[in-house]
Amino acid sequence: MFGWVSWRDLILAWRHRADVLATLFFFIIVTSLFPLGIGPEPQTLQTIAPGVVWVAALLASMLSLGRIFGNDYQDGTLEQLLLTPQPAYLIVLAKVLAHWLVSEVPLVIIAPVLGLQFGLSENTLLIVVVSLLLGTPVLSLIGAIGAALTLGLRAANVLVALLVLPLYIPVLIFGTGAIQATVNGTGTKPWLLLLGAILVLAFVFAPWATSAALKISVE
Amino acid sequence: MLEVLKLGCIRGDRRLFSDLSFSATAGELIELRGPNGSGKTSLLRILCGLSSPAAGQVRWNGKNIRSLAEEYFRDVAYLAHQNAVKDELSALENLRIASGVAGNPLNKAQAQQVLERIGLKDRQHLPARVLSAGQRRRLALTRLLTSKATLWILDEVLTSLDDAAVRLSRDFISDHIKNGGMAIVATHQDLNLSVERMQRIQLFP
Amino acid sequence: MSTRRINWYKYAAPANFYPLAGKMIPFFTVVTVLLFIIGLYVGFFVAPTDFQQGESYRIIFIHVPAAWMGMFLYVLMAVYAGLGWAFNARLGSMMATAISTTGAIFTFISLVTGSLWGRPAWGVYWVWDARMTSTLILMFLYIGFISLQASIDDSRRADRAGAVLALVGLINVPIIYFSVQWWNTLHQGATFTARSFKMAPSMLSAMLILMAACWMYSIAVVLVRVRCIIREREREAPWLAEAVA
Repeated sequence: MFGWVSWRDLILAWRHRADVLATLFFFIIVTSLFPLGIGPEPQTLQTIAPGVVWVAALLASMLSLGRIFGNDYQDGTLEQLLLTPQPAYLIVLAKVLAHWLVSEVPLVIIAPVLGLQFGLSENTLLIVVVSLLLGTPVLSLIGAIGAALTLGLRAANVLVALLVLPLYIPVLIFGTGAIQATVNGTGTKPWLLLLGAILVLAFVFAPWATSAALKISVE
Repeated sequence: MLEVLKLGCIRGDRRLFSDLSFSATAGELIELRGPNGSGKTSLLRILCGLSSPAAGQVRWNGKNIRSLAEEYFRDVAYLAHQNAVKDELSALENLRIASGVAGNPLNKAQAQQVLERIGLKDRQHLPARVLSAGQRRRLALTRLLTSKATLWILDEVLTSLDDAAVRLSRDFISDHIKNGGMAIVATHQDLNLSVERMQRIQLFP
Repeated sequence: MSTRRINWYKYAAPANFYPLAGKMIPFFTVVTVLLFIIGLYVGFFVAPTDFQQGESYRIIFIHVPAAWMGMFLYVLMAVYAGLGWAFNARLGSMMATAISTTGAIFTFISLVTGSLWGRPAWGVYWVWDARMTSTLILMFLYIGFISLQASIDDSRRADRAGAVLALVGLINVPIIYFSVQWWNTLHQGATFTARSFKMAPSMLSAMLILMAACWMYSIAVVLVRVRCIIREREREAPWLAEAVA
């Protein structure tokens, strides 16, 4: 059943692949704006690169949060999902997994290319990818809570940003910290471990909170 | 067996109903009547566990459905006002995915059989977006045909169906009840089902 | 065994709580005013001038209690919201809603006074030090809670959705706090620690009195606000007509 839910969301995303690409291009454009706004000095660009990549990733992943439950809520399939004989925790996890694969993994793949624009070394690019791989699932997991809480509300898109962005801060700090530590040559490992710890925490708690929020919003 | 004990429901500031009690056993049909806004849909949503009542409780085989949670959902099929049909998917995909998600996956041949029975076989590869309202309702009905649930909770099941489809759904609802199932049906029109045991519950605005 | 027991559950019902709160408000208001007068007097006239920071340090008599209240009230709000959700106790949820505004105001005051104090102490209005940054994030959490509740029309859903958000925030607060600390120690450039100054006993007592004053103020204001919420939500209830009349 778990597989069916993820599979279903992947097919639906494939049918709307333009939306997925739009998120990806948003990510690319936002990161490309920074050199234009700040200036092309390699030294400056290297300094701001971790923050730019991560902040753009946060914003891009937020754009797609509405899709996790929004359409299913509109056409009534969300109710039917919640009425299937499996814990809501698993349904949420399956949908979050699909969201991560569809909306976050492309960002992780394209990030090294964007890193080249900022003159990051190969070693650093590797850490960019690793930190994003550890951090983006947390974005999906926490973002799902916000998406579930704002289901069907008038200003859901703006509201979800208010709710979710403050909760993203630890991921932002640890993710950029890892990249900066590589640039400066200080230890990268503790940052990645911290990101991993947050991932574990989010994995345990977030789907639970999301399913509670879904039940509240569907009622 | 389904028992409803002193159920009360409040929506916004309005008390829709209170102290509502009834019970249903295997092979029984419950027809739920009442004008618009009398709380039929709210009652059905409480019965299938989507919303929680303001007072009272619903018991399934002696246990509160709140504590049964997913175990209860195994025995319940809910057909809501909304069809829960995905526009982007074809009829066949809708059926296969819905039944897969619900835990009784169908292979392609089985799914096509079901679609034939409901009269959508020649539409099976069209995206649900282009189906008519009646055809989408038919597609929603396939959820009942494939479900193994004992308790069917149906909200305005006959809406936008043509005569043939109405006859068909009457048939399979009464089949379900004859085979020891239960059904609770909210409706405005007479169902005219040939079942032995039937209760009618009337809600007032 | 048979000591007299107060029936706490009785006061969990808005109908019983409403008049009780009405009786408590004048008491807390008076205590608040008295404590503020005493505290401000001690703070401004009795406490000595700091030899390093001069008079400007006195803003901490407002800043520190406000910062503490902002944090306490967030925890309190989450606890009330959680109780209201878990036990389906409307009053708990109403308390959480009432507390959220007061908490946000205190957090805002602590941000403003913090930056006003920062100007003479550090030479700039804002530095990204760990405490200021966490307070700012706390403000964001309050804003999230308040705007979520404001945009949900159905009060029952607003209560419960708020509870989920507040509890998620509560779990996150220590993580955020810790991460900001780490971030701060790693970016040495931005670290400004307030030079520790010796606290004279009168300074400490002024601070403690004002802290108590803020507590009393919060209680009074939250009770007033809860009564407003009760009146709004239970406008159909017959008991309210009697109580207001």
